[in-house]
Amino acid sequence: MRIILRPSFTDSDFSRSPPAVSSPSISNSNTASAPQLGRLNSWIADWGRVVIQMVLSIGTFSLFAVRTATWLFSKVPKRETIWPNFYEVGVLSLPVVALTGTFIGMVMAVQSYSQFQQLGLESRLGAVINMTLVRELGPVLAATMLAGRVGSAMAAELGTMRVTEQIDALAAMGANPIHYLVVPRFLACIFMIPTLTIMADFMGVAGGYFYSDLVLGIDTHFYWYNRAQFVEWFDLFHGLFKSVFFGAAIALVSCFQGFYCHPGAEGVGRAATASFVFSFVLILVLDLFLSIFLDKLYFIIFPQGTSLV
Amino acid sequence: MIEELIREQEPLVVVEDLSVRFGPQEVLRDINLKVPVGQTLVIVGESGCGKTVLMKTIIGLIRPTSGSVHFDNRNLHLMTEQEISRVRLRFGFVFQYAALFDSMTVGQNVAFPMRQEGRHTQAEIREEVLSRLSEVGLPDEVVFKKPAELSGGMRKRVGLARALIMRPEVMMYDEPTTGLDPIMSDVINELILRTRRRNPVTSIVVTHDMNTARKVGDRTIMMYPLDRLEPGESQIIFDGTPQAMTESRDRRVRQFVNGEAGERLMEMRAASGV
Repeated sequence: MRIILRPSFTDSDFSRSPPAVSSPSISNSNTASAPQLGRLNSWIADWGRVVIQMVLSIGTFSLFAVRTATWLFSKVPKRETIWPNFYEVGVLSLPVVALTGTFIGMVMAVQSYSQFQQLGLESRLGAVINMTLVRELGPVLAATMLAGRVGSAMAAELGTMRVTEQIDALAAMGANPIHYLVVPRFLACIFMIPTLTIMADFMGVAGGYFYSDLVLGIDTHFYWYNRAQFVEWFDLFHGLFKSVFFGAAIALVSCFQGFYCHPGAEGVGRAATASFVFSFVLILVLDLFLSIFLDKLYFIIFPQGTSLV
Repeated sequence: MIEELIREQEPLVVVEDLSVRFGPQEVLRDINLKVPVGQTLVIVGESGCGKTVLMKTIIGLIRPTSGSVHFDNRNLHLMTEQEISRVRLRFGFVFQYAALFDSMTVGQNVAFPMRQEGRHTQAEIREEVLSRLSEVGLPDEVVFKKPAELSGGMRKRVGLARALIMRPEVMMYDEPTTGLDPIMSDVINELILRTRRRNPVTSIVVTHDMNTARKVGDRTIMMYPLDRLEPGESQIIFDGTPQAMTESRDRRVRQFVNGEAGERLMEMRAASGV
C-alpha cells in the first residue's frame, strides 16, 4: 500500500486536506482465486487508514499546541484582542454556570437524602454534597458549560474565518493567526475558568443547603458542622487546579477544530460539534488522571488527612 | 518600451522548480517564473489549474512540497514566522471574496495593517484610511458600516483599499473581477491600472477574465491542469504579451481566449465514465 503524507503546512493553509492514503489495493489475481483474502486485505487497509488518520491528527494537534505555547510566551497580545474574549468567556458565561450550579446542588440533596436518612446520618449530607461539588461537580460542570457555550462558538467563528479566507488575510497582512486568534482565547479560558468554577461551587453549596434546610428539614447547625469538619481548603484547590487544565483543553481543542476546518457550511458545523464532543471527552479523561494525581499529592502533604476518610 | 525598461531590472519574485501537492493530489509541478520590478503579470487559466495556489505559495501562505520562492533575493520559505510576517507587510493581497473581517467595521478593516505595524498615531491612521477609501471611490460614511452591509463591488473596493494602505511593493489580486457586473469589473480594472500609475508597484493578477488580462497586463502566462498535460510538458503553456496570446497557434490557448468549450464536455463525460 502506498502512503503519501501531506506536505508540512503553515498556519495559513486554506484547508485541511484529509490525510492522504491511497485506496486499498487488492490485486486482481487475489480476488479471483481467493475472495476471502481480498476482503481481509481491504479490512486491514481500512483499519490502517483509521490508525494513520488518528496519528496524523494527534501530530497536527500537538504541533498546534506547541506553536500556541511558543506564541504565548514570545509576545503579549494586544488589549483589544484580549478583553472581548475575557468578557465573552468570563462574564457572559456566568448566569448559565450559576444556574446549573444551583440545580446540581439541589439534585445532590434530593438523590442522597433517603440513603443517609435510613442510617440516621442525614446531617452528613452537608459534607457529602459540598465535598462532591467542590472537588468534582463544580469544575466539571463549569467546564462542560464553557465547552458548550464558548468552545463551539470559537470553533464556528474560527472555522468561518478559515472558510472565508479571513485567516489567510490575517497572515497576508503581517499578523500571525495563532498569536492573533488563538492566544487571546487560550488566555481567556485558563484565567476565567477558575472564577466560573468558584461561582458553580458557591451556587451549588447554597442550593444544596437551602434544599436540605428548607425542604428536607435537616438541622442547620449539624449540616454546617459536618461540612466544616470534612471539607478542607485542599478540596477547593483540588477543584480549581483541575479547572485550569479543563480550560486549556477547551481552548486548544476548539481553536484547533476551527483552525483546520473543512471547507463549506458543513465543515463549520462539524467543527463546532466536534469541538464540544472532543473537549468533553478530554475533560473527563483529564479529570480522572488529575484526580488520581491530586489524591496522591494530598496524602504526601497531609499523611493524617481526613478529607478522604 | 516598458518591456525594455523591465528587462534591465533584477527580478523581484523568483519561483524555482516549485511543486505543491495536497495529499495524493498534485497541483503544481516544477513551476519556474521570474517577475521583474514594475511588471504586471497576469496569470490566466481555467478553474482548478492551480493559479490561486501558486499565488498563495508566493507569499508563503502555502508551503511548497519542493522548490523555492525568492523575494528580493531571500528565500521566503526558510524564514522564521516573525520574519515572514514582516516581509508580508511589503505585499498587498486582494482576496477573491475580499476576506474582510466581519467582526470589524470597514474603517477598522482598512486600518488593520497599519495598526498591526504599530508605528502610527490614531490621527495618521484616520487620515490614511479616508484617503485610501476615497481613492477607490467610497464615501466617508462607509467607515462605520459592517462588511455584511456592503454590496459585492463595494467589498472588493474595501479589500483593495486595505491592501493599498501600506503602500506595498507587490500587489496580488486573486480573481479581482469575479462575480461583478461588467461595469464594476471595468472599474476594478481601472483601479488596478491607476494604482500602478500612481506608484510603481509590481503586480500579479490571477484571473480568468480575458478583458482584465488584455487591459491591465504587460505579460500573460497561461496555466493548465496537470492531469491533462502532455507528458514532459511545462505547466505554463503560454508566456508572452496579451496580444501574442490572442494570436497563439496553440489550440488550448485559443480556446481559452475565445471562450469556446470545444470538445471539453465530451472529454469530461468520457473522464467521468458516462
